[in-house]
Amino acid sequence: MAPADTTTRVPLDGPVAGVPEAVARRPPVAAVGPIAWARANLFSSWISTAVTLLLAYLIARAAIAFAEWAVVNAIWQVPGNQTQACREVKGIGACWAVVTEKHRFILFGTYPYEEHWRPALVILIFVALYAVSAMRRFWRQELVLVWAGALTLIGILMWGGDSAPRLLPQPWEQLLALALLAGAGFAHVRGWINVAWPAAALVFALLAWAGPVLGLSYVPQERWGGLPITLILATFGLAFAFPLAILVALGRRSGLPAIKTLCVLYVELIRGVPLISLLFMASVMFPLFLPEGMNIDKLLRAQIAIILFAGAYLAEVVRGGLQALPRGQYEAADALGLTYWQKTGLIILPQALRLVIPPLVNTFIGFFKDTSLVLIIGIFDLLTAGKTAIVEPAWQGFGVEVYIFVGVIYFLFCFAMSKYSQNLEAELNRHRRR
Amino acid sequence: MSETAPADGTVASAARTDAPPAILLDRVNKWFGTLHVLRDVSLAVAPGERVVVCGPSGSGKSTMIRCINRLEKHQEGRIVVDGIELTDDLRALDAIRREVGMVFQSFNLFPHLTVLENCTLAPIWVRRMPRKEAEELAMELLTRVRIPEQAHKYPGQLSGGQQQRVAIARALCMRPKIMLFDEPTSALDPEMIKEVLDVMVELAETGMTMMVVTHEMGFARQVADRVVFMDRGEIVEVGTPAEIFNDPKTDRLKLFLSQILRGH
Repeated sequence: MAPADTTTRVPLDGPVAGVPEAVARRPPVAAVGPIAWARANLFSSWISTAVTLLLAYLIARAAIAFAEWAVVNAIWQVPGNQTQACREVKGIGACWAVVTEKHRFILFGTYPYEEHWRPALVILIFVALYAVSAMRRFWRQELVLVWAGALTLIGILMWGGDSAPRLLPQPWEQLLALALLAGAGFAHVRGWINVAWPAAALVFALLAWAGPVLGLSYVPQERWGGLPITLILATFGLAFAFPLAILVALGRRSGLPAIKTLCVLYVELIRGVPLISLLFMASVMFPLFLPEGMNIDKLLRAQIAIILFAGAYLAEVVRGGLQALPRGQYEAADALGLTYWQKTGLIILPQALRLVIPPLVNTFIGFFKDTSLVLIIGIFDLLTAGKTAIVEPAWQGFGVEVYIFVGVIYFLFCFAMSKYSQNLEAELNRHRRR
Repeated sequence: MSETAPADGTVASAARTDAPPAILLDRVNKWFGTLHVLRDVSLAVAPGERVVVCGPSGSGKSTMIRCINRLEKHQEGRIVVDGIELTDDLRALDAIRREVGMVFQSFNLFPHLTVLENCTLAPIWVRRMPRKEAEELAMELLTRVRIPEQAHKYPGQLSGGQQQRVAIARALCMRPKIMLFDEPTSALDPEMIKEVLDVMVELAETGMTMMVVTHEMGFARQVADRVVFMDRGEIVEVGTPAEIFNDPKTDRLKLFLSQILRGH
């Protein structure tokens, strides 16, 4: 510290601030409340005030104009297909009648009208599945079972089929179900997994067998459409692409040259082409390579293309997280004698994935909307259904209303994802707070 | 070849004990690219022996200690730890890593796990210890390093000295036979160095085999059975603390000591 005599030599009037004993003080009280906030941020100078007033005027005008169009002058219903009333207010009022009239077509596509409760139930199952998966207290291995069950149920509801046993018609599929069941039973006997797994495998196999006899009429995949298609493609696309992405990201950092090369090739090849071309390949070229008589569902092919595409993108996001971890984390795990998979599962991935939640969710949201590209191979997703709804001459010209409706649906799902990820990020990064 | 490196590393320790060495390095060589970082390093550490390794930065002392649990691979020579030779055999490596604890300069605690979880992770997953037993063991060791009250905090909420003590407890939870310390106090503020060294001194008193890379000469005098002086990838001198500090034989050691003392 400074010698005492230097301070005595400095001529001072009054006490030296803080020298003898610095008393801890409270920070200066900031003005609070909306008025103080507005004064500080909106009206701090005359330029600021002028800009505030100008913008407030413009915003108010736009809001009023929109409200007049969307609510005051809007037409909510028309009798039958009599759209003259709508045509008369065109430009000054919205024609929500098109949504009132066509919402079931937009939501469910060409699915048989009297069976619409089935895709509606599927949508509810999806929302419930998201809600359950979002809660951290359900993050246990049994969640995989819930997903498998939901997938089976969705398949049964969408296909139905008293005319033809739709699920597991092939002997190899039946063998696979039996093998799964046997494997789950064996693993349980060895004490690797608890009893829920073989039980679920049994239920799964039974459901797959019994699906056709539940008395639901068979609906071919070509007639599915609307929101269920979008949700199926996005949900299963991301649910399968994410684990794939983790494996590929790990593989790209592997010390084994063959695995590394394979993963690099996969990422670079898939990422290097547009999704549309992959979908075309899946829809047009892929069947050419299959043996005669073998036919894989068009939706499944599109689904696989989406999984592969999303997997490549997500793999790079995950790899970013892996690279952000300091080397010391790997070394500490090694020094403790953890195996590669223990190190990866317990130390590396939990940290790496937390780091990349924002770009992961960014990619998730992007892919949720990119599923609309399946329209080019003739699959009827939400957006395509919306577009088709206004093909009918009576309803032509009311695209804005339909697109707003479809846009709101997309927005609800994407915004929910975004909000959820913010909470998750805050919760999972608790350890970084001091 | 190293003309200056005396072979008394192996000779001295062989004279000390008849038991097989806990750690044996036999003419170990390692290169980073073309840089020759370990040159014919030979050293034997007897069970229960405390060895302090010192030397200027870049002398290869960290690399040597990291070779012992194969965080770095040596390219020539033999390393035998607890009777098991380090090779590419992963089973042998796992067996060695179970018995060798390591404490790093930068702590390397797992930030997403609590202090307690940091300590119980390896016993539960590697030693297959029941969780309850692992937690009891962890609490016992956290008490020994004098931070049981921090068990449910995250590492980021602790001071550097506390983190390093957790790291020591974490390594001890595996009940290792050998403890390696790679500059455990170099990243700490001066006022925290002592709390970590005190824990290490206590550990030394329990008879643990320890190999410590450090610049803390006071610690070396207090606990070391032998001090190893390394320079430019070679072991230059080996001896008791008194021999090394009071009676340096080589110019390199004299120079190093003068620099160290000037710094203090």
